[in-house]
Amino acid sequence: MKLTFTVEDEAFRAEIAQWLRTNLTGEFAALKFRGGPGDEHMFTAERQRWEKRLAAGGWTGIGWPLKHGGRGCSIEQQVIFHEEYARAGAPGRVGHIGEGLVGPTLIAFADPEQQAKYLPAILAGTDLWCQGYSEPGAGSDLANVKTRARRENADNTWRINGQKVWTSLAHESDWCFVLARTDSESVGHKGLGFFLVSMHQPGVTVRPIEQLTGTSEFNEVFFDDAVAADLIGEPGDGWKIAMALLGFERGVSTLGQQMQFQNELDEIVRIAKSNGAARDPLLRQRIAEAHIGLRLMRYNAMRMLSHTSTESGPEALVYKLHWSSWHRNLGALAMDVLGPEAEILESGPYNLTRLQSLFLFTRSDTIYGGTSQIQRNIIAERGLGMPKEAKGNLR
Amino acid sequence: MEFRFSDEQKMIRESARTFLHEVSTSAAVRQAMATESGYDPALWQRICEELCFQAITVPEAYGGMGLGQVELAIVLEQMGQVLLCSPFFSTVGLAVNALVLGGTETQKQQYLPEIAAGSLTATVGWTGAATAHSGGQWGCEAISVEWQETEDGYCLNGDLRYVIDGHTADLLIIAARGKDCKEGDTVAWFAVPATAVGIEREWQPSMDQTRRLARIILRNVSLPDSARMTAQTDGSKLLTQIVDLAKLALAAEQMGAAQKVLDMSVAYMQERVQFGRPIASYQSLKHKAADMMLKCEVSRSAVYYAACVAQEYLAECNSQQAVLALREAAAMAKAYCSDTLFYNAGSAIQLHGGVGFTWEYDVHLYFKRAKASELYLGAAPAQRELIASMLLD
Ligand SMILES: Cc1cc2nc3c(=O)[nH]c(=O)nc-3n(C[C@H](O)[C@H](O)[C@H](O)COP(=O)(O)OP(=O)(O)OC[C@H]3O[C@@H](n4cnc5c(N)ncnc54)[C@H](O)[C@@H]3O)c2cc1C
Repeated sequence: MKLTFTVEDEAFRAEIAQWLRTNLTGEFAALKFRGGPGDEHMFTAERQRWEKRLAAGGWTGIGWPLKHGGRGCSIEQQVIFHEEYARAGAPGRVGHIGEGLVGPTLIAFADPEQQAKYLPAILAGTDLWCQGYSEPGAGSDLANVKTRARRENADNTWRINGQKVWTSLAHESDWCFVLARTDSESVGHKGLGFFLVSMHQPGVTVRPIEQLTGTSEFNEVFFDDAVAADLIGEPGDGWKIAMALLGFERGVSTLGQQMQFQNELDEIVRIAKSNGAARDPLLRQRIAEAHIGLRLMRYNAMRMLSHTSTESGPEALVYKLHWSSWHRNLGALAMDVLGPEAEILESGPYNLTRLQSLFLFTRSDTIYGGTSQIQRNIIAERGLGMPKEAKGNLR
Repeated sequence: MEFRFSDEQKMIRESARTFLHEVSTSAAVRQAMATESGYDPALWQRICEELCFQAITVPEAYGGMGLGQVELAIVLEQMGQVLLCSPFFSTVGLAVNALVLGGTETQKQQYLPEIAAGSLTATVGWTGAATAHSGGQWGCEAISVEWQETEDGYCLNGDLRYVIDGHTADLLIIAARGKDCKEGDTVAWFAVPATAVGIEREWQPSMDQTRRLARIILRNVSLPDSARMTAQTDGSKLLTQIVDLAKLALAAEQMGAAQKVLDMSVAYMQERVQFGRPIASYQSLKHKAADMMLKCEVSRSAVYYAACVAQEYLAECNSQQAVLALREAAAMAKAYCSDTLFYNAGSAIQLHGGVGFTWEYDVHLYFKRAKASELYLGAAPAQRELIASMLLD
């Protein structure tokens, strides 16, 4: 066990830190600490330009293999990149779904032609992606998707019909990956396909949904005989690929996310010191608990990333439940440290401060990407070998 | 950066696991519990001879294995799993650290090889009656023994409480403050053979029967110059170091025990049928078990991180940064693991239903150990307050 980085890794750290110092200036200076969860609707045009600046500097796809145009960085270097990125306050990545989820999935499952078609635009920061999984009848029970994919005999393309919901950033995206039924007779995990669908076509309608924050980061998406540009893998492989994609979600970017959590906690500590909350014994306990929770989350992630085999350890299984519960508590702590001042908006009619946004948005952390209840089911069943939940017959 | 066990460390873990599960059975624990010494000397000798765990952190120069805090945590985790009754925690988790960090060269040469050989047990005593004030005080303010210089050495007087294995240890390492002085800088340390004249020792029977606490009364115990420890002038600093390392050791045990009660509960729930199905299939119980597992995994990360920090700290003791890093990591581990074990052991009683409340099932042994370990060296709120003061003041 070693906690220190090598000299080469530290040199890499200096390189990215320096690059960020030079580039996060001018028109991009205003983007510092913006565009994270809860703030994703802000500065989208500027952040898209920032994405291209990153790409030009060779800082997109750093964990992708060299032969797919990535930088081929080691896990350690990826950790360092994400740490320095968040430390510098560089803005939330508009391209994170493409880079973090779609790219690795295509590298693992797509054919070379498909890879050549999509990967370069993800790396260049020009194509943005969204995730078309959830439907009105398929939330936690994702395998219950009803959206259909039909092969058109005339031109051999796949046509998509159905509705997705809660699709984050669909209104900003160029592409959507869609889980749809290739076999209309099938139920559950079987008979699904993983499709890539252009958002710029008449058969796709995006309708924003207003969130409890008053902003709209997610949407309803309607597919009405929309053309799927590609099917990844074979018809029937959809579930396998969809699940593998979710596995990439627990990748190294979690360490960057933690650095952003650290920025939030630092702000709360700063406020507590200035308004006297730091002298309140109960708030002191909660601030210390938050600090401990975040540090332990980091060590847990380091354990997770130190696994050499592809098989992940038990610490990976608990990770989502841990960070989402922690983050939700942090949001409430922020309000309690502020006291009555917590109520006052940035401005009317409903512009939230950053910490109000944190407080409200963290209520979704325990819902998206598998709710806390689903996480506990998974931990109990996969981690502890307890019996599976019984299924009903109303699907 | 590499946060996983080496092959050698895995081997230590496997041999510790296999051996301890074999020898520290429920029956063995209960037998040891019923004795005054609180452990089986024959088993302790076997551990010393066959596995040499007592020598793990003793430097090679003094006949030990010269391994680090990570290896120590690995062994303690396994001991916690089976609630091993032994003088290991007092001898290795407390006294070896005290000797290595604060012993004179002569003392190291005299005592460490004996400990490594398994022929000497030891403990550290600093806690007087004041330890019980304000919900627990474990720093210099707890020190009650007073030292005085005499013509040919020192004289100690005082009353120690809650000393782990204090009634059986062969060697007592005692912190005392200068007579009539209250400030920390008069704290001095002494290595005292338990047979010294004027020492009276008494077992204080305690709720957790898997670990022994003792009271030690010192009446005009006169010691030669050579009994005074330490190249270190600052005795209070040594206490902090010992306590920080002991918190880590305790946390490692707590983590192991927390995992064990989870495993016991899951096994029981798989077996026990109610309403025509195993109770393990009830979601409220699954979710409880999932929360217990989360706490175990996070505890594991906390312990092994703190062990790495402790290892780095021992390599470069004097850097202020390393001191603070250890203080923080140890307090975090102690806070989190204390809460975890208490939560898991308490939940385990509930998950077992009525049998969880019996003397016959082992769950209560873990529950009692949980409370004892939680309170020893300060419960979670005290650890969090320490973190808060580092963060906010
Ligand atoms: C901010 C946000 C962004 C999102 N972005 C996307 C996106 O980009 N793409 C996408 O596809 N989806 C997205 N989602 C959808 C998200 O994945 C779903 O909301 C989530 O999977 C839960 O599904 P549901 O909302 O239908 O809730 P339901 O599944 O109806 O759950 C309701 C409640 O029942 C509980 N529950 C359900 N089943 C069980 C069970 N078996 N055992 C115990 N409890 C159970 C749940 O835990 C929850 O508390 C997003 C959601 C949010 C909030």
